[in-house]
Amino acid sequence: MRARRFLSGGWLSVYAFLYVVFLYLPVIFLPIFSINTAPTPKFPLTGFTLQWYADLPHTPALLDAAWNSLKVGVSASILATVLGILAARSITRYRYPGRRTINGLIMAPLVLPEVIVAISMLLVMLQLGLSLSLFTVVLGHVLVCIPYSMTVLTSGFEGFDRSLEEASADLGESAFGTFRRVTLPMVAPAIISSLLVCFTISLDEFIIAFFLTGTEATLPIYIWGQLRFASKLPGVLALGTLLLVASFLLMTVAEILRRRAARRTQNEGGLYA
Amino acid sequence: MTAAAEGSPPLRMTRARRNALLQSEPVQGFALISPTFLYALILLVLPILVVIAHSFWTQHYLTIDRTFTLENYRVALTEPIYRDLLWRSLYISLTVSFFTVILAYPIAYFISFHGGRHKSLWLFLITIPFWTSYLLRVMSWKVILGYNGVLNSGLMGLGIIDEPSTALLYNSTAVIITLTHAWAAFAILPIFVSLEKVDRTLVEAATDLGDGPLRSFLRVTLPLSAPGVISAALIVMIPTVGDYVTPKLVGGKDGVMIANAIQAQFGKAANWPLGAALSVTTMLIVTLMAGATVLIIRALQRLAR
Repeated sequence: MRARRFLSGGWLSVYAFLYVVFLYLPVIFLPIFSINTAPTPKFPLTGFTLQWYADLPHTPALLDAAWNSLKVGVSASILATVLGILAARSITRYRYPGRRTINGLIMAPLVLPEVIVAISMLLVMLQLGLSLSLFTVVLGHVLVCIPYSMTVLTSGFEGFDRSLEEASADLGESAFGTFRRVTLPMVAPAIISSLLVCFTISLDEFIIAFFLTGTEATLPIYIWGQLRFASKLPGVLALGTLLLVASFLLMTVAEILRRRAARRTQNEGGLYA
Repeated sequence: MTAAAEGSPPLRMTRARRNALLQSEPVQGFALISPTFLYALILLVLPILVVIAHSFWTQHYLTIDRTFTLENYRVALTEPIYRDLLWRSLYISLTVSFFTVILAYPIAYFISFHGGRHKSLWLFLITIPFWTSYLLRVMSWKVILGYNGVLNSGLMGLGIIDEPSTALLYNSTAVIITLTHAWAAFAILPIFVSLEKVDRTLVEAATDLGDGPLRSFLRVTLPLSAPGVISAALIVMIPTVGDYVTPKLVGGKDGVMIANAIQAQFGKAANWPLGAALSVTTMLIVTLMAGATVLIIRALQRLAR
């Protein structure tokens, strides 16, 4: 009887609540201490201020880093999504030998220690005499973004009713015309969702950027530099809060679009399904 | 196809074209995936092969001696400093994946079996913290566990301790807590997916045949969700072995892991072959651990039946 009650949801919902509190605990402190007057993050709070936020636009190094992150994020998400579309379309539409192996290889960055991916790329680039720059960071980000892009796009492409394309072809539309006028509108939400997911990943990605960047810092690299100075912490917390809000908004839109895409193709499943 | 359509020449053309297209399906599919495939080959497979090659070479200041040697591996496996770092990384990663999976299972179970209409909302709620900068989440734990941190000031405010404790931060426990938090969402999702696939009628059948809820859970639900547990364990274990940021920020001297040593070899120490050997060793350990985990969980699964 006790076991029945235990498994019936009462205790589990209490546990679920506590678990969510644990998940949000560290995240909650960013905004709280970012509006506190004292530079050291501890309780009790000393007073309310927006000074740390007001200082952000007057920090040239930060603005440069933000601009770099934007450039890297936009390039990486477009490239990764284009490569993701090709691969996801191929995987969901065609059957051919070696399909699973190739898919596994493309998804491999997801299950490799990131440091090793970064170090290997660094080694090759140094050997080839390539100078490290934002371009090399983009190359790395594309590699780690593709698996996520693939997951989002496959859930959008799967269960896609092939007879719609066949009908379009039968009615005399060219292959490209069919893709543009039938396939693309169906999967557009998944594509935008993939762009947003990749941009968010690139915006937050640290390890690859840390190893592959030259002199130009991205936002996480800038934050890493600031962490050495205790007095810079409130500014970092303010910046972190803004990034948190940005990530949250991007991911919410991405999730809504992904669900819409999945609903269109009558396919269920989450980002990781 | 209607009879009228068969009779009209332009439509027969497109049909013939379509047939030709279907016949060359493997070619089409492979052509379509090849840019992405090549990208992964050039930027992932080739670099890893280069790292493996380097691990058998020797560095003399700025030149690399390409004579085959196992010396780097001898150093990596026997020098106390690297041996200890490898063991510690292994220990931390196993502990983290154990706790992450144990903590994640009940919540995945709750969402899958009691989530009702709000399943996707729950999942989204759980993934949000994961989408905030990793660096900042780690730093937040520093704020919580630090000398002047939230936990210390909270405990002092409650009168439980008189002075701040230094035992909370800069050790392997801090690394384990931070990583367990950082990878939580990654463990919940695969377990949830496999629980969703559990046929509810099987659970009912077990109950009807006289199994109590605990027994039917242990004998039906748990073994059937084993694939999810396996992927959750692997998804957490593999990246944590090579984690760099967390040990650097909250680990202190006693929490440094192998990734920090690898970075040092490619950075200040400038001994690429040794760094490469450490990387390859880490990858091998990861592979062995992954294989062992799969085997152990499969064996437990068989035992339950």
